[in-house]
Amino acid sequence: MNAALQSLVSCEACGLAQHRSSADEVTACLRCGSRIHHRKPNSIGRTWALVIAAYVLIIPANLMPVMATGSLFGTENDTIFGGVLYLWESNSEMLAIILFCASIVIPFAKLFSLTFLLISVQRHSTWNPVFRAKLYRAVELVGRWSMIDVYVATMLTALVQFGSLMSIRAGVGAIAFASVVVITIFAAKSFDPRLIWDNAQPRLLHHKKLMKETHV
Amino acid sequence: MSAQSILVCNQCDLAQHEAILESGGKARCPRCDNVLYRSQPNGFRLSLIFAITSLALFLISNSFPIVTISSQGLINSTTLLGAVGQLIKDGIPSIAILVLITTFLMPMLEICILIYLLLPLHFGRTPPGLSFGFRLICLVKPWAMIEVFMIGLIVTITKLNALASVSPGIGLISFVLLMISITVAVSNFDVHAFWRQVGLLQKNGLKAA
Repeated sequence: MNAALQSLVSCEACGLAQHRSSADEVTACLRCGSRIHHRKPNSIGRTWALVIAAYVLIIPANLMPVMATGSLFGTENDTIFGGVLYLWESNSEMLAIILFCASIVIPFAKLFSLTFLLISVQRHSTWNPVFRAKLYRAVELVGRWSMIDVYVATMLTALVQFGSLMSIRAGVGAIAFASVVVITIFAAKSFDPRLIWDNAQPRLLHHKKLMKETHV
Repeated sequence: MSAQSILVCNQCDLAQHEAILESGGKARCPRCDNVLYRSQPNGFRLSLIFAITSLALFLISNSFPIVTISSQGLINSTTLLGAVGQLIKDGIPSIAILVLITTFLMPMLEICILIYLLLPLHFGRTPPGLSFGFRLICLVKPWAMIEVFMIGLIVTITKLNALASVSPGIGLISFVLLMISITVAVSNFDVHAFWRQVGLLQKNGLKAA
């Protein structure tokens, strides 16, 4: 049975189950003091806003140079995909694949997955909630790995400083890319996976108040 | 039905009774398959030992250069904080701050809070500000990305190999060890067991008083 129907709320931080009388009451956890709510407030709206922002930023993140290598022979600009290609051509196929997954596949997969989860929750879908729950957990788990490229740009910028002979600077694309990573991490956090289950069990949802709260 | 013995899955909101686990077992939510809690018999001790190890490694990792590169007589090396400084100098403070937070501030906080919470607990006491420390660690955890930084370093070194000769420094070796020890420390800290332990201590404290 859904905990929300028994007016039970669990603390998202420490996991203590506790009774709360009203559904929209925001209070602190009895044990650890974290803010607790039946469902994350305005989860769908917030997540949509962040996801759309990330969709916009992912375009410059992939098209603009993340790194500029200046040498005696001029300046060479590298996009994210250029960096992957470079690794592939210099016989580091394994690393190229890791970087390709981390920098290109994961950000897009994350955005598509969150979009899918949002739409499915908004349409009160009852389709395979276990799969959707696992998809959400995967999105949460995997997001941090996109930071690899940000660290590579940082370390290369710091190390390759040989003046006019050769120097590397991080480009505008790196800022856009880092923003995409951070924004999608926040987006995943603002989505409430419990919404998947509220819809998946329509028989249990006669609670008017809950209906109102979860489908704003 | 007391709320204490009831457990609510934080992923799907299913209310269920707490089960007693065999040593080393995991409790999974029957509905959404989320791991609810684990039984780690030596969890706290391991977590504490590796947190203290991580603190030492953290200091070493950040005091010695990570890599040194040389090309045609020119030599350059950097520490993590040096790299952050260089980014600020280059006029990209936003990324510098992000790197500083995820690879320096958050891991440091994570290690320090773990020690602060677990060391007194090891001696049967609860530290002041326990719940604040706990909330902080929940906040910090997703943003500490040492292991991602390690992969970033490997990619960096591979790319540099084409341009110059690269020699790994003490910092690099220390970072690899730090990544391992911080992972062990964090993965052995079980939230469920932590609060059960705190609850037991507070109950005993009441009895004694």
